[in-house]
Parts: sequence; structure tokens; C-alpha cells
Amino acid sequence: MKLLKTAMAGTMESGDIMVTIVPLENGGITLDLTSSVMQQYGRRIGEVIRETLGELGVTNAAVSAVDKGALDCTVRARVSAAAFRCAQAENDHWG
Amino acid sequence: MEKRYVKDRLRRSMMFVPGNNPGMITDARIYGADCIMFDLEDSVAYTEKDAARFLVHNALKTLDFGKKEIVVRINDLTSGLGVRDLEAIIPAGVHVVRLPKTDNAQDVIDCEKEIARIEEKHGIPVGVTGMMAAIESANGVLNAREIAHASDRLIGIALGAEDYVTDLKTTRSDGIELLFARSMILNAARSAGIAALDTVYSDVNNEEGFIEEATLIHKLGFDGKSVINPRQIGPLHHIFIPSEKDLKKAYAIMDAIAEANARGSGVASLNGKMIDKPVVIRAQRLIALAEADNAVEEE
Repeated sequence: MKLLKTAMAGTMESGDIMVTIVPLENGGITLDLTSSVMQQYGRRIGEVIRETLGELGVTNAAVSAVDKGALDCTVRARVSAAAFRCAQAENDHWG
Repeated sequence: MEKRYVKDRLRRSMMFVPGNNPGMITDARIYGADCIMFDLEDSVAYTEKDAARFLVHNALKTLDFGKKEIVVRINDLTSGLGVRDLEAIIPAGVHVVRLPKTDNAQDVIDCEKEIARIEEKHGIPVGVTGMMAAIESANGVLNAREIAHASDRLIGIALGAEDYVTDLKTTRSDGIELLFARSMILNAARSAGIAALDTVYSDVNNEEGFIEEATLIHKLGFDGKSVINPRQIGPLHHIFIPSEKDLKKAYAIMDAIAEANARGSGVASLNGKMIDKPVVIRAQRLIALAEADNAVEEE
């Protein structure tokens, strides 16, 4: 997936996560995560963010995420929405 | 896990859950509604439709909603958003797709074709996804019968009153403005053997008004009602639960029928009155409702 512009998805409401993705030319994925449950789930949230980006073929991006206790499925949804907004594309491969 | 719709089941309450609110989606199961309806239409801002699609898709794939019936309200197909909604939710697994703004049978047929195409594309057995149609215009009300008969996938038809009263050039008041639409929808649903579901009651702080409306639609014969706040579920279910007296009578009727059958007699009576077929059907429905309610409580 080719990222074209900075985009975000999600909200600051409880149970949600706000994800901002900035396209980069190189340098891999950098992640700046803050979470209300950082101690317990910070590592897991980071993994889910990186996994989702990997599945979407995003290899270079600066990601910042503010988590308010989102479940894994919400993290995946918000990262995907932000990435597709970055790419200015629609998802044609639901499965 | 593959979801397959069930034609006939308990649908006293269908709770709207905004499709772009993860907190409400996660908690939806705990409030006791018979059906949970994730909304991709009116409760989602146009600029958030894409994000809501991802959220509902992932929730459907991941979260366990127990024995609840899971419904997703899509955007109408003419908006250009409806097909995208279907592309996202069908492969994730959903019991029922709720089609809004249904004006005629063709709207149902068009939506069914898209659902079948997407099921096939993803190797899902064609026909596992159910449908319901919301009628929200004068045209739709007048076409209620053809809509109700338009597809075998339809589990029910519903009234969407806010758009309907606007179309009628009136506003919602004591319910008299909806009498014709409710009667049409109910009769159309019954002629097709499917469920009739009533519209939302928007004034969530007016419990008395809600109970009055729910009592009315129960008397009319509706199967249930859409709710927009968990607070409305308890009072609604209470109205639909048969009274102990009615239930005792229903069991007595069924006992008398069983006794007559055992005697080899085609005629049954209770307290000197002959029991005819409609009485038996009503008794069976009452018992089914009470048993279904117990099953829900025990879940």
C-alpha cells in the first residue's frame, strides 16, 4: 500500500484509540504510543499496530497512537482506516 | 464461524448501536436486547463511514455476542455506500442485513443480488445471510405487501417513522399519525409469515410515553420494537412477557388438547368450552414467548 498523505482515524473516547499515520520514505515503522493501560497492554497494542500495518503492506511510516482502552479488534480497525485514508484508497479486499 | 439467520425467533427488542462507537459495540451484549443492530447509516457521519465499516467488520469477526441476533443497518444502495457496506460485513459474518428506505420490492431484490454475489465471492454458502426491510415513506407503506414478499431471506419488515412522518407532512405525536403505516406493515408481514417490527421511541427520558407506545404496538400484534437506549429494553420486555394467568390458561389448553389426542378424540374442551384452532395457536405462541424469555434470561 502506498501512503500519500498524513491521515488519522479514531477518537479519544473510552474504548477507542486515535491513530495518526505519517508517510515516510524510509526508516521502517516508528511508533509513539500513549495508553491509559500502558503498563498492562502497551506491548500488545504496539504488536497489533505493527501486525496490522504489515498485513496492509505499510513498511515506512511514523505512527502515533493515543489509546483509551481499545480492544484488539478496535486497534486493527482504526489502524486500517487511517492507513487507507493515507493511501486515499478504498478497501477492496475484505475477508 | 459461519453465521446463519433464523427466520422465526424472539425479536422483542432490536437495539441500535452506532457503528463508529467501539465502546458501545463492545458493551452491546450486556444489556439483554434480543437483537443487536450495528448502524452504518444515520448514526455515522458521512466522513466516518469508512472507519465505521472497519470497526463493524472487525467486531463481527472477533467479538462473541452469544445467542443474540446480529443485524447491521447498511446505507441505501442508491447512496453508493450500501454496496461498500455489504462488501465489508458479509465476509465478516452477520445474521441479518437491514435495508433502509425500502420503497418497493425491487429495492429488496437489488440488495439480495448484491448479498448473493458477495457470499459467492467469499465462498460463503449463498443464502445464509438474512434480510429485513425498513419502510420509511408513503410509497413504501403502500407497497408493504410486495416488499414483505420480495425475498425468502426476509425475516421481517420494520417501520422507520421519522422519515415517514416527514414524507406525510406531519410530525410524531400520540401515534395516530402512524396508525395506517403500522397496520399496513403488520398485515403485510403477517401475509408473508415474517416479523413486524416497530419504530424507535426517541424521547429516552419519557418512560411513560415509551411504555404507552410499546403497549399499543404489542396490542396491535407487532413482534417487537427498535430501541435506542438500553433503558428501554426492560420495560419493553416486560410488556411482551405473558402474564402468569394467561400462561396457566395456555398450558391448560395444551394439556386438554394432549388429553383429547390420547383419547383419540378430535374435539377438546376446557371448562365446558370447545377449544378451536385459533385458541390453540395463540396458546402455543404464548408458551413459546415465555419459554424463549426464560432461555434469554438463562443465557
